[in-house]
Amino acid sequence: MHEIRRLEALAQPPRGPMAVSILAGSLAVGFGVALMTSAGYLISRAAEQPPILSLTVVIVAVRFFGLARPLARYCERLVSHDAALRALATIRSRFYERIEPLAPAQLREYRSGELLARMVGDVDALQSLYVRGLGPPIVALLVGAASVAVAAAVLPAAGAILAVGLLLAGLVVPLAGSALSRAAARRQAGVRGRLTAELVEVLRGAPELVVYGREEETLGRVRTADRELARLARRDALAAGLADALSILVVGATVAGVLAVAVAAHETAALDRVLVATLALLALASFDAVAPLPVAARELFGSLAAGRRVLDLTDRQAAIRDPAVPAPAPSRSDVVTLEAVTARYAAGEDPALSGFDLRLEPGRRIALVGPSGAGKTTVVNLLLRFLDPEEGRVMIAGRDIREYRQSDVCALFALAGQDAHVFNSTIRANLAIGRPDAGDEELWSALRRARLADWVVSLPDGLDTLVGEEGAQLSGGQHQRLTIARALLSKAPVLILDEPTAHLDPETAQALMDDVFTEAGERTVLLITHRPEGLQQVDEVVALTSHPGGPGSCASCTTEKTSSTAPTATSP
Amino acid sequence: MLRLDPRLVRRGRAVRTMLAADAALGVFAALLVLAQAILIAHVAASAFDGKALDAVTVPLVVLLAVVAGRAGTAWGFEVVGRRAATDVLSGLRMEVVERRLRDQPSSLDGAASAEVATTAVDGAAALETTFARYVPQVVLAVVVPVAVLVLVAAIDLVSAGVMLLTLPLVPVFMWLIGRYTERKTEERRLALALLATHFLDVVRGLPTLRAFNRGAAQAERVAEAGDRYRRTTMKTLRLAFLSGAVLELAATLGIALVAVTIGVRLVRGGIGLEAGLTVLLLAPELYLPLRNLAAQFHAAADGRAAAERLLDLVELPPAVRPGTASPPSPELAPVRLEAVTFAYPARPGPVLDAIDLELAPGETVAVVGPSGSGKSTVAALLLKLVEPTTGRILVGSLDLATCDSQAWRELLAWVPQRPTLFRASVADNVRLGDPRADDERVRRAAALAGADDFIRALPRGYDTVVGEGGRALSAGEQQRIALARAFLRDAPLVVLDEPTANLDGESAEIVADAVERLRADRTVLLAVHQPELAARADRVVRLAAGRIVELAAEAA
Repeated sequence: MHEIRRLEALAQPPRGPMAVSILAGSLAVGFGVALMTSAGYLISRAAEQPPILSLTVVIVAVRFFGLARPLARYCERLVSHDAALRALATIRSRFYERIEPLAPAQLREYRSGELLARMVGDVDALQSLYVRGLGPPIVALLVGAASVAVAAAVLPAAGAILAVGLLLAGLVVPLAGSALSRAAARRQAGVRGRLTAELVEVLRGAPELVVYGREEETLGRVRTADRELARLARRDALAAGLADALSILVVGATVAGVLAVAVAAHETAALDRVLVATLALLALASFDAVAPLPVAARELFGSLAAGRRVLDLTDRQAAIRDPAVPAPAPSRSDVVTLEAVTARYAAGEDPALSGFDLRLEPGRRIALVGPSGAGKTTVVNLLLRFLDPEEGRVMIAGRDIREYRQSDVCALFALAGQDAHVFNSTIRANLAIGRPDAGDEELWSALRRARLADWVVSLPDGLDTLVGEEGAQLSGGQHQRLTIARALLSKAPVLILDEPTAHLDPETAQALMDDVFTEAGERTVLLITHRPEGLQQVDEVVALTSHPGGPGSCASCTTEKTSSTAPTATSP
Repeated sequence: MLRLDPRLVRRGRAVRTMLAADAALGVFAALLVLAQAILIAHVAASAFDGKALDAVTVPLVVLLAVVAGRAGTAWGFEVVGRRAATDVLSGLRMEVVERRLRDQPSSLDGAASAEVATTAVDGAAALETTFARYVPQVVLAVVVPVAVLVLVAAIDLVSAGVMLLTLPLVPVFMWLIGRYTERKTEERRLALALLATHFLDVVRGLPTLRAFNRGAAQAERVAEAGDRYRRTTMKTLRLAFLSGAVLELAATLGIALVAVTIGVRLVRGGIGLEAGLTVLLLAPELYLPLRNLAAQFHAAADGRAAAERLLDLVELPPAVRPGTASPPSPELAPVRLEAVTFAYPARPGPVLDAIDLELAPGETVAVVGPSGSGKSTVAALLLKLVEPTTGRILVGSLDLATCDSQAWRELLAWVPQRPTLFRASVADNVRLGDPRADDERVRRAAALAGADDFIRALPRGYDTVVGEGGRALSAGEQQRIALARAFLRDAPLVVLDEPTANLDGESAEIVADAVERLRADRTVLLAVHQPELAARADRVVRLAAGRIVELAAEAA
């Protein structure tokens, strides 16, 4: 229940609408109970054949409750859903604000699909927490208490029986029901997981299994897991309907009990005969208040699990924080160095980089080469201070990078190439990431320098052309050039080109590198690549190598400096 | 209105049994509803007439029995429905797997496999709700109102008339709700998908946004997208709520009208108290099952979608026929593609367009071409994972289509472009090539594939568990395991599909050397787009857009 409060703090659901929806919900259920109760009274009283005028008030009441109940219900549903959806929108924004400082180093363990599932699916699942989890229990409490009070005022014994019945149906049955279904889910979870894994393997690996003649054996394995799940599910089916059956039993027994005490009270003249049927109908109708609770309880636990997954991410503290008194922003002419840096993404993992040195002097062009997994991306993460070194230091202008504000550090670098993301938006919006205040003339100039202007001019929508998901509408070369135009547009003095020639054929790659080095001008360039193109144009080549000594991945990395002209071998 | 997929009813004995049981339970449940109203009204009316508790003990006990019966039928519906859902899904699951292994063995990509597997397992929950809640509700919505109307008409024709006036409103608005539910579900799904696309884009781009100091500014766009989603959703919900409200109005107004007309006629002595109370108690039962049904539309849609996804897979036409003839070995007989055309049923245009190709015994033929040119399809055809749409493949003088699939595949080894590692030890993964191989043979095959070194460097060597949830291997390492399988298989015909794509220089060299060892004394089809590997082939065939554009004969 602790989570509910924390989720509330995260979402800050609007209190006014929440109160209105609870009030409207109580009225809706209350009017329903009143409709049946007053109808029962009307019919019993009419059986005494009084003058018809004396029934006018009751008749009007019956008609009013009949009309008002659907209206109140309609208001309740509108208001509660709107409030819940507003709360979800707030959670999504907060979620983004909290994970933004964690990217990318602290989000490495999550695949983007998983983050998405939390931000979209899990947050959406919280809707039932707000719509069904919070309102109905309060409504049930209010209307249930009112029904018991009315019954007790008429006949205390009837009130007591109704109270017991409502508590059983509203509290015990829902909790027992959800405990049963959760126990079943827990029992089945392991087998479900196993079966899903088996199925994924078989469906994906079917061609290989078939070519190597393993059909029968595979079928046997899947069948075993399937039978196991079916056996559990058939057994759990017995428990699943129990809660509903119990609810019906409780309602019926309560009504019978109320009738019995009412008849007995009438026998001793303690109760007017008109009120016997009225009490029975009140008892019967008041269970409408607790009817949604079994479902609410089941969904509450489901959405709490989703809520926990959301909180789990929003609770993370950013590992990188600005110092209390930051150093003044570094200037364009400052030297950036990595000194004997060892870095690790998580404790217990192999280091992603160890004992690495690098010196970025203003205007110098350096290529960083090496096989995948050697730590090239880690160098970028260290420079942008997405990651702090475990040993060694990253220095800017002779001061530790940790003394600066992170936004000042990022302002030194412009990132382009394979890993620079192209957003599912227009060319203009993608360029504006580099410099939000750039005018059209500056945008065109950057496009010209990246040799993209002719192509953009030829597009019917020009700068406002949509580039598609991950730039799907662009060719590989256009994708790379768009990120380069964005980097050129930014004022940052250091250009980081991360695999700018990936997926390009040799001629296109060489042309691209020629253009980039022409346009880089005075800027410092760090070219990260595993291909030969562009290496003859740099001042220095730094090779990162992975030694197969450690288990599986790169255990130790060394640098090795070669003189400028055209070294083509990327591994020693 | 939403219905059950007729295919489910046709194929499943479990479904037919459930429908029969539900029908019986439904009739029983309707009778109990009537009995409950009659008994409550009888006890209350008896008390009104001055009878003591003793006089109504029997009806009260019977009432308890009726209530127990109602609880029992509710339980019965649930158990019957859930068990039927379990049986249906279990059957469909096995059928999907069997069909895939028997006559749809060509590849399904990773995302699609995960989606089908999840539907097949987690779809159970949706189908259970459909069978245990929706189907019984349909039965009750038909049986109970009819039973109530018949009894009310027998007791009091006027009330039955009032009910008949309001009742037609119910199906009309239910139909409206049903239509809106379908549209609502669809629109909501679209709105959520749009939101997901947007978030995915932002999440993937986070490092870029941060590098350009634009991370915080993006929060506004996220808030906007969230708010847009709320507005779209509310727009669709409002209509659904409105038709729900009208449906409810028909019910509550019906009850109020019945109560008032009975009250007025009681005063005039036109009807008795017991009859009046019985009708009043029955009035809500008339509308209740219909309203519950409207509330279950959603559950029905989800369950139906899960079952349909699997049914669609099961009903795909077979991609290969099993065949019976025993094929000659490619060691002795040439394999010839004659005017082979291949087209996927769902895609326009052929992937391969009337190609001819011959593999002589012991020859290495490289098929080169850009991705999408049909190289992998040639491989799949040779492996008999698919069959030509027109034209034929001859092994010696036999048509491959008539050959026994398993017997043919025993003569083959295959290194796919993206090999699958199964969740098992490295040794067992290599053993896919020959399950009877001992450790020594596995190690030898791995050594030939250039995999022995890295396997021994793994924490548990050949016993290291790989595959989903196990130790992750690089693309080059996976490729070498697949090569080790092929060495262990020791088959006369080897199909290699892009063995060095996606590998960095060092791994590519190791793999290329292994390929060189593998092709000695064997017939090899090599599908590649790197010129280096193709250069070592006896013959190079160039494919472009499904046609052979040039044949280059080269010295080995």
